[in-house]
Amino acid sequence: MQEILELTAVDAGRRIADGEISGEECFAAWAAAAGGDELNAYLWRASAETDGRSSRLPPVAVKDIFCTEGVPTTAGSRILEGYLPPYTATAVRRLAGEGAHVLGKTNMDEFAMGSSNENSGYGPALNPWDRERVPGGSSGGSAAAVAGGLAPWAIGTDTGGSIRQPASLCGIVGMKPTYGAVSRYGMIAFASSLDQCGPLTRDVADAAMLLSIVQGRDPCDSTSVGVDGGVELPTREDLSGLRFAVPTGLDMDGVETGVRATLEATLSRIEELGGEVGETALPSAEHGISAYYVIAPAEASANLARYDGVRFGIRVDAPELDAMYEATRDAGFGPEVKRRVMLGTYALSSGYYEAYYGRAQRVRTRIAEDFRAAFEEFDFVVTPTSPSVAFGLGDKVDDPLSMYLNDYFTVPMPLAGIPAISIPAGLAEPDGGGPQLPVGFQIAGPAFSENAILDAAFALERAIGFDARPPSS
Amino acid sequence: MIDREQVLHVARLARLGLTEEEVETMSRELSGILEHVERMNKLDIEGVEPTSHVVDLVDVLRPDEPRPSWPKADVLEAAPDPAEGAFRVPSPQAEA
Amino acid sequence: MNEQRATSNEQLEAVIGLEIHVQLSTRTKMFCGCALSFGDEPNVHTCPVCLGHPGTLPVTNQQAVHFALMIATALECEVAPRSIFHRKNYFYPDLPKGYQISQYDIPLASGGRLGDVRIHRVHLEEDAAKLVHLGESGRIHGSGQSLVDFNRGGTPLVEIVTEPDLRGAAEARGWAQLLRTTMKQLGVSDVNMEEGSLRCDANVSLRPAGTKELGVKTELKNMNSFRFLERGIEAELARQRALLDSGEGVSQETLHFDPRTGSLTPLRTKEYAHDYRYFPEPDLVPLAPTEVMLAAARDALPELPGQRRDRYRDELGLPEELATQLAFEAELGAYFERVLAEATDGAEARAVANWVTGELAAELREAGEEDPGRVEPGALAALVGMVQAKRVTHGAAKQVLAELVAGGGDPAQIVEARGLAQISDSGELEAAVKRAIEANPEAAERVRDGNAKAIGPIVGAVMKETKGRADGGEVTRLIREKLGA
Repeated sequence: MQEILELTAVDAGRRIADGEISGEECFAAWAAAAGGDELNAYLWRASAETDGRSSRLPPVAVKDIFCTEGVPTTAGSRILEGYLPPYTATAVRRLAGEGAHVLGKTNMDEFAMGSSNENSGYGPALNPWDRERVPGGSSGGSAAAVAGGLAPWAIGTDTGGSIRQPASLCGIVGMKPTYGAVSRYGMIAFASSLDQCGPLTRDVADAAMLLSIVQGRDPCDSTSVGVDGGVELPTREDLSGLRFAVPTGLDMDGVETGVRATLEATLSRIEELGGEVGETALPSAEHGISAYYVIAPAEASANLARYDGVRFGIRVDAPELDAMYEATRDAGFGPEVKRRVMLGTYALSSGYYEAYYGRAQRVRTRIAEDFRAAFEEFDFVVTPTSPSVAFGLGDKVDDPLSMYLNDYFTVPMPLAGIPAISIPAGLAEPDGGGPQLPVGFQIAGPAFSENAILDAAFALERAIGFDARPPSS
Repeated sequence: MIDREQVLHVARLARLGLTEEEVETMSRELSGILEHVERMNKLDIEGVEPTSHVVDLVDVLRPDEPRPSWPKADVLEAAPDPAEGAFRVPSPQAEA
Repeated sequence: MNEQRATSNEQLEAVIGLEIHVQLSTRTKMFCGCALSFGDEPNVHTCPVCLGHPGTLPVTNQQAVHFALMIATALECEVAPRSIFHRKNYFYPDLPKGYQISQYDIPLASGGRLGDVRIHRVHLEEDAAKLVHLGESGRIHGSGQSLVDFNRGGTPLVEIVTEPDLRGAAEARGWAQLLRTTMKQLGVSDVNMEEGSLRCDANVSLRPAGTKELGVKTELKNMNSFRFLERGIEAELARQRALLDSGEGVSQETLHFDPRTGSLTPLRTKEYAHDYRYFPEPDLVPLAPTEVMLAAARDALPELPGQRRDRYRDELGLPEELATQLAFEAELGAYFERVLAEATDGAEARAVANWVTGELAAELREAGEEDPGRVEPGALAALVGMVQAKRVTHGAAKQVLAELVAGGGDPAQIVEARGLAQISDSGELEAAVKRAIEANPEAAERVRDGNAKAIGPIVGAVMKETKGRADGGEVTRLIREKLGA
């Protein structure tokens, strides 16, 4: 059974197809592994008795933001405590269609708002590398599960970095595809123009496989287009002929020493592989945080209005309607959600729309233009994924802004709608001392360049040879 | 720069019942965030169109074909207070 | 609150605009595949999408867009090359998502006209669900509670907003009826005000006659019939006049009209109730009607009032004014078409038109009735035919018409029963003429002398004796003949 747990999803799939192992065995092995969750990675797990015979791929850990019919789905919030969706998200259905069933629903920051999983209504998830540290967020549970040997692969969602940043902090691969590549139907909405479903996996090949299964146009999602020609398994061996740009417009001042060193080392490795490294301005990207923290909360304030105690979810009773709404939402929403709903409502309110939302959407256009200009000269834009390695639980909870700045390098891509991957590039100590913790390297490409990104990441991953594992549980 | 009155007004709009303490904290925190957000004012956006849609699609339409609705029993099962085949709620205060 | 005060005792003119919601008769809802319902059990036509369950997304109904394009084209609007949906955010139990998907500053179409009224804009949106307040129906004695039925929620609506071109309550009613007929002709909606598939709100204000600036306007709601629309507007105009006369001034507010009492009650607006925080709907892509879509909308249009007027004028030979009246006055025009359809034996279009707009309209007013349909189209057609065939005189026919309006019937039978048949026997007529001349010697003398007008009493005498069964022209001719004048 331990052997099965060592296999990547691609390998396991091959062996199941070849008859070397059975789908049933594979499912059972992972269900048992997930049962040993000490990281609070899971909010729900498939029982060991689940019939795994129809598995053709290993089971997948699913962020609790995806609706799964008849299976509890909370989006990490108390307001959906006990909620059983009447339907299953398209991405999850597609995975099931390929024989990759739901292993469990993973912990997350409430309604995907956060970068540490500390905003979950069900307790934080823990980083397997150091259980006193955060796994990142908002897909913290998915990242912790994959990094901690509790799941072979996982899906999460990324709005401002919620797949890439936890992948970076947990030493695994995480990718946000182009906006529109994957259907959002069944993905509980946070920020509709930014949210995308994506893989969290052990390696780039698994990420490619998972993405190839979930991507595609869905008639239930008007904004879905899929990736033209589909997603292929990567094969690239070197990086010759490829041009990588580091954006000078993004400030490296807040980046930890260890992270910066890893970045430099990775850039050198790119050159060793035949890639060219240069610089590009991306002058508007530094305003990404500002724009993001207007647009995302604004859309969220509308998306979360449906949690009102009328048709589903919890209700706190009151004799009058507005009192019921207020009591229900007060009880159901955590502080970060309230903060963002307030921020978003304010940014859209009469007299403030142009100054905030209107302006943010224009800044967004500039950022997209900047990327387009960069991609005329370069194939990819590269950055550290996160300014720091995993920080301690409770370190940033009292300062929302410092928490938001975790997304500094990851927000420009969803704003521009472009894809980006984070791969583990090495280990480093945090500033001020501590254990060696994973550092992620981000590669972003033009819209619908998933295959190019996966190919480059694949070659780089091989060269880096990151094989560190969290201390065994 | 977002004062108590504004916080109360926005909380009403968003139907968030904030405690007095929360109102104070919110005022502080939101002001801090907005201060950072306003850095984007430095960027020149003269003549720049807002991004209202990210994908380059138009006219995504669905044929007018009915499909079965959700069974009523299931519809109401999720409801916090089902009654008489409908969703019961406390009445609104105003409105004729 | 905006206030307006009258400056002096000037003549005031009413300035009225209408905001109309048309429920489209598509098969499914605006953004999901649930069937539209008609008085079914609550919550049997719902799904996770129209119930606003987490993770659901809207997908636009193609037929709703087609119908909306038909409406925009029929109203001679300019269709926007690109329009988008917006979210209109507010909290209410009949709004499952906590926002309504509508259109805001980039609507489907704008700048059209129907009859004398300009159209400001036409846009698409989804309908809210239905909220029933308990304690009123008496069924459940839990006052302070409401029940929500989501069957209606998500039904496609087209909102039509006019410019404030209407100048009176009756005019507003007439135009609303024209709009209704037009929608009915398009086949895009049941447009039944009582059932709610046509809803009409009015924006009402007053200003000194002949000025251009708009006064403070109020919005009137809850008028669910054409009659109530007219009465509601009348009541509001009266209320505003009184306020301006007294120097108090009009406040901008939304009023609820109670047809039972005729009273107007302000809907209490909470200070935060009207900040809708509109922003572009990110879950839907823009509408950019293609040439194919526009052509399909154009081709689906039936004959519209303007075209009908032209046809009446050019093909039926009706004078311009009459053609316009029948083409644009919804009920009358529809009735005219029905009579024409029945007019197989000789009744000419022009005669029918005159009878419908003239004698019938007058008789209805006399009788205090409104619906021309009281008179079977076939019956009127037959009557007009009889007049043209000189089987009954114009005057006698009017008497027959009165009876048809009062109680219906068959014109030929009525003529028979009341002995109203036109006198065709020249002998009988000549005899009556002779008697009349003998009875009015002075008049006869004056006529002989060349005073044409003096013939009046003699004609009158003949008509009286024959009880209107004689043709007035024929009588006059005979008298003149006999008098050698």
